[in-house]
Amino acid sequence: MLELINGFVGELRNAGIPVSLTENLDAFEAIKFIPIEDREAFKFALAATMVKNASHWRAFETVFEVYFSLRGPQYQLKDGDQVDELMKEMQDQMRQGDGKGQAGGAMDSLTPEEMMQLLYNALMQGDDALMKALAKQAVQRFAGMEPGRPVGGTYYLYRTLRNLDLDSVLEKLMEAQKQGAEAHNAEFTDLEERLERDEFNSRIDSFKKEIEAEIRRRLVADRGVEAMAKTLRKPLPEDVEFMHASREEMALLRKALQPLTRKLAARLARKRKHGRKGPLDFRNTMRHSLSYGGVPAEPKFKYPRPSKPELVVIADISGSVAAFARFTLMLVYAIQGQFSKVRSFVFIDGIDEVTDFFKGVEDVQEAVHRVNTEADVVWVDGHSDYGHAFEVFWEKYGKDISSKSTVVFLGDARNNYHASQAWVVKSIRQKARQVYWLNPEPKSYWNTGDSIVGEYGAHSDGVFECRNLRQLEGFVDKLA
Amino acid sequence: MKGARYARGMARFESVTQVREGLRDLNYLADEGIASVVFLADRLQKPILVEGPAGTGKTQLAKSVAELTGARLIRLQCYEGLDESKALYEWNYKKQLLRIQAERKSDSWKDIEDDIFSEEFLLTRPLLEAIRAEDPVVLLIDEVDRVELETEALLLEILSEYQVSIPELGTITARQIPLVFLTSNNTRELSEALKRRCLFLHIDYPDLEREKEIVLTRIPGITDNLADQVSRIVRSIRQLELKKAPSVSETLDWARTLMLLNIESIDAQTAKETLHILLKYQSDIAKAAKELSSSK
Repeated sequence: MLELINGFVGELRNAGIPVSLTENLDAFEAIKFIPIEDREAFKFALAATMVKNASHWRAFETVFEVYFSLRGPQYQLKDGDQVDELMKEMQDQMRQGDGKGQAGGAMDSLTPEEMMQLLYNALMQGDDALMKALAKQAVQRFAGMEPGRPVGGTYYLYRTLRNLDLDSVLEKLMEAQKQGAEAHNAEFTDLEERLERDEFNSRIDSFKKEIEAEIRRRLVADRGVEAMAKTLRKPLPEDVEFMHASREEMALLRKALQPLTRKLAARLARKRKHGRKGPLDFRNTMRHSLSYGGVPAEPKFKYPRPSKPELVVIADISGSVAAFARFTLMLVYAIQGQFSKVRSFVFIDGIDEVTDFFKGVEDVQEAVHRVNTEADVVWVDGHSDYGHAFEVFWEKYGKDISSKSTVVFLGDARNNYHASQAWVVKSIRQKARQVYWLNPEPKSYWNTGDSIVGEYGAHSDGVFECRNLRQLEGFVDKLA
Repeated sequence: MKGARYARGMARFESVTQVREGLRDLNYLADEGIASVVFLADRLQKPILVEGPAGTGKTQLAKSVAELTGARLIRLQCYEGLDESKALYEWNYKKQLLRIQAERKSDSWKDIEDDIFSEEFLLTRPLLEAIRAEDPVVLLIDEVDRVELETEALLLEILSEYQVSIPELGTITARQIPLVFLTSNNTRELSEALKRRCLFLHIDYPDLEREKEIVLTRIPGITDNLADQVSRIVRSIRQLELKKAPSVSETLDWARTLMLLNIESIDAQTAKETLHILLKYQSDIAKAAKELSSSK
């Protein structure tokens, strides 16, 4: 047990979750009281002692599933038996009409059509046990897993799901619900339709999770815990790279962004307020001295109020870096109270001001969506042309840059071998307070191929690698 | 050290299931995670740091556990600017002054000094009160993320050693280990030192079944059908990207309103008209209304 937990802790640390020594000891203490057979409670016991941040939960869960998927066989066997019996029953029921009534083999002998029918029934009734069995069967049938083949779990997941075609199953389910309602002469309103759809979607999601778990179990059985822990490791939300995030990870990032902005705003406001003390506030000191009988025992100070910077964001929103620009804009506008003014421009090969999209809008997401769809950023062919965009910027808006403005460029500076026009950045720097460049690419890629970040960077006060939320947060913290 | 601690307090719960069922009897529906962590906190004698969105029953958990164990609830509401004299203890200056003035002639300074820094002149604040209590108590430190980082350090001694050091008096050690709950809305990152001393519990919005059950238990007289509809609509709304998703308490408010309006089943129109109870931002209400009336 000791070894098991130690290995587990090691893997948690590898996944980026900080587990201190005392927390490790707490975990040992905790599992004295919770038996490993009580799997759910055991999981929460480990989580409560070692994971102290809600956003780390997903990474923890993955490690936990990998580590304990094979250990605790009692847990699995019992479940399996039950399901197998259930399967036989179901099958018997289905085949009675045909008069075949084959015993044994349970699910393996089902035809694909029968299996889809079963899946349809299971989803319709929300039958968890049956869904679990079907997930197992689907993986066995469609994933085409071969022992020792060095392929990741996502590939098998993709293959299984493609064969199941869950989207059309969903449509079929919805259609059936609609007809069911009409048969009872009831009206199937839009609201109900939406609720039904959400319900089925959540069932399908849990079915997908079952499939994923099954694939994981098989992979672990095949290759061993340590190897799988490494390949299945999921990055923490703050470490997900903007440029390579999957759709699911994007959703996660958006979720993580909101609390982050709140924390960032609180921290910045506090920094402003509790900064270095200013000169003595004579009136205030005298007022407080009254309670000490006229002795100025408690000196009071004026707090300095540093001026808020004016922020100009110029973002590349071409395909490769769009996600990064989106997140940065969202973050900047979420804390715009920390700046006296925020202006934003987006470009691909043309440039457009999008400040107005954010004016008086409560929903930053909506505004960002408008930026992506409505901004007029294409000049010739819709391939990044930093040079032209900057030139136009300088002509049109250059006069608005003042000594109060901080200018932040966002982009990978992949210029498709156009002219760089780096003099624009140079002249902006001469007028502005500060000029920064944020690059979502890893540092090792800079200045390779058509990337000319070095050329622009030479004229700015700093070029920062900004691949994930953690780095972005760090930069904004410094900025305000 | 360990032995001494156990001698001071007996385990309150037998098993995770017992916690769960006990709470259920008090109309607090705990899921597996909540029950396990409460059980562990009692066994390990560690505080629980409860985190999660507003209105998911963090404070209620502490209240219900207090009720379950028959303990007195001592609550410390945190706010920006909370300090030692409000949280821990304070010397009663006025009384000390009176004491000095009353017997200015008779006593020697030494006697007076011994006297005015005695327990008689100590004003206890929630934290000290919880430590000194003879009867079983549950200590609730509410919204701990609101105090400044520096003030957090005040809590550390209590949370790990269950004692308070007062320079003039010495160290006061707890006679019994109180169950301690800290709640946080996650408006800022808490310090590592604090987190390390606590068990961590994240309470999120409940899933469909649990939410329905909560509605059914907390609102007497509601029909199964309406509760089902309420929780399903709330789930759909939570899936939208909103500024503030509806919390459990708002779900309950909504269900109560529907009961008062004598509505037996919700259609799109009623849902739209009563959305302002669930959602608090105009943009959210508009978004949800739009989404609910379209099928996709």
